[in-house]
Amino acid sequence: METTELTVNGKRHELEADSRVTLLDALRNHLGLTGTKKGCDHGQCGACTVIVEGRRINSCLTLACMHDGDEITTIEGLGEPGNLSDLQAAFVAHDGFQCGYCTPGQICSATAMIEEAKAGWPSFVSDDLAGPDALSDEEISERMSGNLCRCAAYPNIVNAIRQVAGGKS
Amino acid sequence: MKPFTYAKANDRADATSQAADDATFIAGGTNLLDLTKLEVMAPDRLVDINRLDLAEISETDEGGLRIGALVSNSDCAAHVRVRQVYPVLSRAILAGASGQLRNKATTGGNLCQRTRCYYFYDTAMPCNKREPGSGCQALQGFNRIHAILGASEACIATYPGDMAVAMTALDAAVEIESAAGEVRLIPVRDFHRLPGDHPEKDNILEAGDLITAVILPPPVTGRQIYRKVRDRASYAFALCSMAAVVEMDGDRIASAALAFGGLAHKPWRDEAVEALLVGEKPSAALFGRAADQLLAEARGYGSNDFKIALTRRVLIAVLTEATQEGAAA
Amino acid sequence: MTAHQKMDKADERNRLDDMVQGLVGTPMDRPEGPLKVSGQATYAHEWDVPDMLYGVLARATISKGRVTDVASSGLIGKNGVRAVITDDRLLRRPAQGGADEAPAQGAKQVDYFGQPIALVVAETFEQARHGANRLEISYEAEGNAAFDPEAEDTDTDLPEDDQLDQGDLDQAMRDAAFTVDQVYRTPGHNSAAMEPHCAIASWDGDKLTLRGSYQMLNFNINELADALHIVPDNIHMLSPYVGGGFGSKLGISPEAVSAALAAKEVGQPVCVALSRPQVFETTMRRSETRQHVRLACGEDGVLTGIGHECLVSNLPGEGFYEPVTQATHFLYGGKHRKLGIEVARVNRTCGGSVRAPGEAVGMQVLENALDELAEASGIDPVELRKRNVPDRHPEQDIPYSSRRFVEALDEGARRFQWDECNKKPGSLREGDWLIGHGMAGASRVNILSEAKARVTLQADGSALVETDMTDIGTGTYAILTQIAGEMLGLPAAKVETRLGDTDFPRGPGSGGSWGAASTGSAVFLACEEIRGTIAEAMGIEEDELTLADGKAGKGEAARPLADILAGKPLSAIGHIEPGQTLEEMQQATYGSYFAEVAVNAVTGETRVRRMLGVFGAGRILNEKTATSQCYGGMIWGIGSALTEELVFDNRDGHIVNHDLAEYHIPVNLDVPQIEVVLLEERDEYASPIQAKGIGELGICGAAAAVTNAIYNATGIRVRDYPATLDKLLADLPEA
Repeated sequence: METTELTVNGKRHELEADSRVTLLDALRNHLGLTGTKKGCDHGQCGACTVIVEGRRINSCLTLACMHDGDEITTIEGLGEPGNLSDLQAAFVAHDGFQCGYCTPGQICSATAMIEEAKAGWPSFVSDDLAGPDALSDEEISERMSGNLCRCAAYPNIVNAIRQVAGGKS
Repeated sequence: MKPFTYAKANDRADATSQAADDATFIAGGTNLLDLTKLEVMAPDRLVDINRLDLAEISETDEGGLRIGALVSNSDCAAHVRVRQVYPVLSRAILAGASGQLRNKATTGGNLCQRTRCYYFYDTAMPCNKREPGSGCQALQGFNRIHAILGASEACIATYPGDMAVAMTALDAAVEIESAAGEVRLIPVRDFHRLPGDHPEKDNILEAGDLITAVILPPPVTGRQIYRKVRDRASYAFALCSMAAVVEMDGDRIASAALAFGGLAHKPWRDEAVEALLVGEKPSAALFGRAADQLLAEARGYGSNDFKIALTRRVLIAVLTEATQEGAAA
Repeated sequence: MTAHQKMDKADERNRLDDMVQGLVGTPMDRPEGPLKVSGQATYAHEWDVPDMLYGVLARATISKGRVTDVASSGLIGKNGVRAVITDDRLLRRPAQGGADEAPAQGAKQVDYFGQPIALVVAETFEQARHGANRLEISYEAEGNAAFDPEAEDTDTDLPEDDQLDQGDLDQAMRDAAFTVDQVYRTPGHNSAAMEPHCAIASWDGDKLTLRGSYQMLNFNINELADALHIVPDNIHMLSPYVGGGFGSKLGISPEAVSAALAAKEVGQPVCVALSRPQVFETTMRRSETRQHVRLACGEDGVLTGIGHECLVSNLPGEGFYEPVTQATHFLYGGKHRKLGIEVARVNRTCGGSVRAPGEAVGMQVLENALDELAEASGIDPVELRKRNVPDRHPEQDIPYSSRRFVEALDEGARRFQWDECNKKPGSLREGDWLIGHGMAGASRVNILSEAKARVTLQADGSALVETDMTDIGTGTYAILTQIAGEMLGLPAAKVETRLGDTDFPRGPGSGGSWGAASTGSAVFLACEEIRGTIAEAMGIEEDELTLADGKAGKGEAARPLADILAGKPLSAIGHIEPGQTLEEMQQATYGSYFAEVAVNAVTGETRVRRMLGVFGAGRILNEKTATSQCYGGMIWGIGSALTEELVFDNRDGHIVNHDLAEYHIPVNLDVPQIEVVLLEERDEYASPIQAKGIGELGICGAAAAVTNAIYNATGIRVRDYPATLDKLLADLPEA
């Protein structure tokens, strides 16, 4: 058993769990934060994306005990009905989801991705490694390709993110 | 996932001494946990090295870069100097995995990434890499992603990564600290092994060895290109990738460093191909000869036969692009 | 109160068009959207059930034979393991859609590699997973398994109902001015819904509550009861949110029964979720197909004959087979017809419904063949299709209900500027990229199913809609809210829709694209009944009643509904049944696709650059969710065309690429901004709301537009899907 202190959405939790417990299972099965989804459990779909210390990661491929003292933001920390974040609201308005299962991961991913782009990080499709001036649709799509959506809401996911990131169509 | 003991290492000495006692290091964990969940790997002890002071990128006295083993793939790809003078490395890293995985995956861990062979991943299947002596199911099975170069009857798996391919072309070296505290430098091109009779060993690391950094030599001038071919537009492993660093002297090729991914148990570099190019004027015929040389010993196993033709086309296209007049550095 | 309607004749009243609230058809946001985007929608695994244990299934590592021993005793009582379930009632296969009874049970017999054998139950998920990995299972293997559907010695059978031999196709082929005679192959597919199958079972005495992820609760409850040998009345199933289904959750799967058996045995609730490889191995696969297509036409391009003879596969004893020729029967004319399906019996994961069974792969190939005929005859592909739209069903000689196929072809061609597109294969190049354009037709049969729903107009003037219908991402919450709001004159905020609970009136669930029209009609009928009661209270006829914004009546005289109700809620159950209109008319939905692709001249990698779909599916209930359904279908088409393929190892029948890293569904970068156009249409034969199904139409032929465009770009016909780069390399221009 490992004792781990996690700060999730600003709230401190002391987790006492098997060392094998992933951050994803800690959130879902131990802390009752089921907004973060398990789609593959192997880093192949992105449904479990959360933001740890400001960066988006797959919470399925990291152990909870490796995050002692870390600040974690999950979908529940971004907004709630009646007080949605801009991205959450844009996903609703643009129908950036259907079944909704990949959606928390998409939104956490997009939230952090916009910051990565602001920091000037290039992507695989950037013509210039100096980084893009604005997020084109192609840039958004590449940067969001780690989040699978089987309902295939991709065009609307791009529309929602473009609206918030102020990119160009 | 088999139960394991988990310990955090506070410094390098702590890490290597713990590891000498048959423990496995965990850094990003993106590949290790993937495999331990399936019990393809089943370590008894995990030593978490994330607290070690290895997350910096610094300039070396020679004018190159020292990339700490714990530098994330994202940080390495986004590092201003990497982007400016080692663009092939930035491009290679950005071609791999997803934004989320690159945020977690580390430089040292990525070098140790294990194969994506379907049969290696399925514990119900015989696999010489996972269980030495049990046989290779890929040889006569579905081997679309498998090796065409340097494979053995025991194993036709490939090294799946992108980063190390670019590092191979850049003549980078891996800095390794042994359990006894000795530091050695191994060229990235010699870090991974060919499978031979011991495919269970991916690379030259010995028990207790800790990768501490990757050293990039001073930047070379010339054109740098990373080309990756895969089954979907993003978030897929390479069927074939190529890193090229090519310098022209007037209308002749002054130097060429070429490395290939997705073709072998290691990033593939063939000096005979490079020697054939140096001093020559670029031409379709020359590039065709280079492809002949590269693929002289290539062998397909059925579903990966296409990689031979694909690699030939990629090599010719990348060399053509790299040697075009007016090609920017 | 129950309002009943059987669709024995057209409902030409178009009552929804008489309403004035203005909700139906609008692109209203999904009412459950805020819950979904904030992580608060409760999917199967996410109920807070106290004292819950975790179960993980252990898999067969042989392909055919018998289990001789499961070494449970070594596990139980150690490392948190509480039980190992090997009950004879464990499912060997998942239930087919609409089965209404238990599928094959008894996991001691092994039918395919990866079949569930036992369930390991432990205190924590980690303990159960490791226990399942460690569980030693002994077998007696049988050597006579069959794996390759096309192997000479594989047994096959011919389903009687699916063999048509009309006229003399061989003669028509000989007499034709132009012909196509080609064999195409499509690989197996997996639904790969993002939410893995999961069930939480808890017992209270004899009463079982099962919280799961299922599409058709009205059938699932009977399948589960039959499997457990209990009565359905003792089961309560809940599936308010389903993280995608696409057919894979039509019937119950191994997790449901194993969770229920385990919970009973250990006396605590048990949660069983499938791992992603288990989703691939133990839920439905779409069969691979071999399709022999023959087309014969005269100089004018008018078809004289169609042949579509298919080989598909399934496990021995499974009644389901991929109905590949479903749309071929009615879409195009041609007097001489030979359509047939042969089923190979193989020891592979169970074959079943995956989004648009039949048309998804049948239309994909038929529309490739049409493209080949267009080239052979020199007739434009759009024009060729238009020339072959029959007046009456070419086999049954019955009329069609509303059919906007020609309009979809014309509108698509106009919007895509088809006349300006490349006509000569392999002639358009931009740098390293070969550019091509292609089009295809779309069609999917339309089905109405029996459904019930309860609508309650509450005393405060708000409404409650209740049905066991599910929303698997299709937009059910939105469209039922809209129908009730429209009929009762309420803004959407005054309507609450509750779904996925077997305590509510039952319907056919989500499958076969019938959910919206069927359950939507039930809601419509319930509302009509309530309107009648209100009208009666006001002393007018129902068709004179105006309901809008919570008031009854017009202008100054309008009265708040709450006043009229005077504290008494009104409740009605609507009940729709299919009838003669399904028999007497050919009902289907139609459309067209247009695609532009770029094929890399060096590597053969294909990128879809533009794609348009134009669809006619009766009344559109919500423009936004209907459009999203079409996006989804078309993008599945892109996957089917370019990347998706279940790979089986024919030495043991196991699925080689049983995860999302190697089974390549499209990622965001594979998909351009797609344009979807929904045609205005009312089909009065289809349902009292004049709507038809739209959830599957978008995939039915979509892949063909992409591969036809690849041909146009490169001059290469890929007849063996998917069109991965290795199939193009040899014939691409010299490097």
